Amino acid sequence: MSYAFSRNNIHLLRAYAVLWLVFCAAFMMPAILAVAAPPAPTVEVNIAKFAFSPQEITVAPGTKVIWTNRDDTPHTVTSNDKSFASKGLDTDDKFEHTFTSEGDFSYICTLHPFMTGVVHVRKQ
Amino acid sequence: MSKHDSASPGHNPARRQALSCLAAWTGAAVVWTVTGGVPRALGATGTDIPTAAAKNALTFVQISDTHIGFHKEANPDVIGSLRRAIADINALPQTPAFVVHTGDVSHLSKPEEFAEAREVLQEIHVDRVHTVPGEHDAIDDGVNGYLKFFDHDGNGKSWYSFDQGGVHFIGLNNVLNFKMGRTAALGDEQIAWMKSNLAGVPHSTPVVVLAHIPLWTIWEPWGWGTADSAQAMALLRPFGSVTVLNGHIHQVLQKVEGHISLHTAMSLAYPLPTPGQDGIGEPGPVTVPADQLGKLLGTRQLRIVRGRHELALIDTPLDR
Repeated sequence: MSYAFSRNNIHLLRAYAVLWLVFCAAFMMPAILAVAAPPAPTVEVNIAKFAFSPQEITVAPGTKVIWTNRDDTPHTVTSNDKSFASKGLDTDDKFEHTFTSEGDFSYICTLHPFMTGVVHVRKQ
Repeated sequence: MSKHDSASPGHNPARRQALSCLAAWTGAAVVWTVTGGVPRALGATGTDIPTAAAKNALTFVQISDTHIGFHKEANPDVIGSLRRAIADINALPQTPAFVVHTGDVSHLSKPEEFAEAREVLQEIHVDRVHTVPGEHDAIDDGVNGYLKFFDHDGNGKSWYSFDQGGVHFIGLNNVLNFKMGRTAALGDEQIAWMKSNLAGVPHSTPVVVLAHIPLWTIWEPWGWGTADSAQAMALLRPFGSVTVLNGHIHQVLQKVEGHISLHTAMSLAYPLPTPGQDGIGEPGPVTVPADQLGKLLGTRQLRIVRGRHELALIDTPLDR
C-alpha cells in the first residue's frame, strides 16, 4: 500500500492546516474577545406619569442609560449642560446615552420642565 | 383684583365625579348665561351680543391646541375635531375678520404635522390665521420647525404684532427659555421688543395679546404659568383695554386684573384635568366617553365693542 501523501504533500497539508487555523482564529478572535470583555453596563429609566423613574441614579463611567417613554404624551430627555438631548419621544420611544466622564448630570423634559432627573457618574 | 381663583382641591377621584367636576369647573370659571340651552361666556360688561353686526365692530375667532399628529385614545381623530370647528366657524352668521390659534398646532413638531395643519387651516373662510407656537411646536429644534410653516412676518421671529379694526394685536412666544424645574419664560429680548412695540400705541387703543402658556400662574406644579409674566403685565397695565388669550391647559379659565382680562381656551384635541384633584397628579390627556368629547372641545368668538373695555366673548363647544 502506497501512501497518498508524499513528503511534498505533507508540507502542503501543513501549510493548509496553518492557513485554516489562522482563518478560524480570525473569526473566533472577536468572539473570544467579546466573551473575555464584559458587555457595557446598562441602566433603564422609565418616563411614566410625568416623572423620570428612578429620578436619581448613580452609575459608573461607561454605563449606558436607556430612557423609555411609557406615557401617552411626548417627553424629552434634555440635560441642563447640553451634553445630551433626545429628540421628542412618543409613547414607547427610547433614548440612550453612554456616560463616559464623572460628574452630576441633571436633566429635564423640555415640554414639562417640572419633570427633573439626575445621573451621578462615579468610578466604582 | 382677581375675579377667579384656580381650582379648589379635594375632589373625589371617581371618574364620573371627575367628569362632572370638570364640566362644572369649566362653567364656574367664566361668566356664563344660558340661552336656549347653549352656554355663553360673556365679558362682564355685556348681557348679550347683538346678532346684527355693529358697524365697524371687529370680530374674530380663537382656536387652540389642535395637536395635529395626536392619535391616541383621548381623541383618535384630531383632524376631524378641527374640521368640525372649521364648519362651525364657516357657518357663523357674521364672518370673522380672521382666526387666531394660540398654539400647540402640532403634537410632535413634525414637518408633516405642520404641513397638514397649515393645509387644513386654509379651509377656514378667513384671509388669515394668526398662530403662536406651543411647547409641542418647539420640540427638537426650538421653533425653527414651526417657523418654516408659520413665520408670521417672514423674518424668522416667533413674536409679532399687527393692527386691525383699531385694535393692536401682539403674538408672543413663551415656550422657549425653559429653566430647570420651572415654568417657561418670555425672555429679555422679547420683553424688550414688547416694550418698544407698545411705546407707539395710544393707551386708549384696545390691545389683544396672544400667547400659548397662560400669562398668569394657574398651577405651577404643572408648568401652567410664565416665569416673567409680571414684566409683560407691567407693560400692559397702562392700557385701557387689554385682553390676553392663552391656550395650553385645554380648559377655559379667566382672570381679571384691572383693565386686563386673561382667558384660556378649550382645546380641539383632548381635555386635560383640572389641577388639585385627588388622584390626578399630572396633566395628561383625559379620555372621556366618545359622546362626551365634543362637549369639552370648542372655539371662541370675540367681538370688540366700542366704548367697552372688555371684549365680548362666546365660548362654543363642538357639541352643545
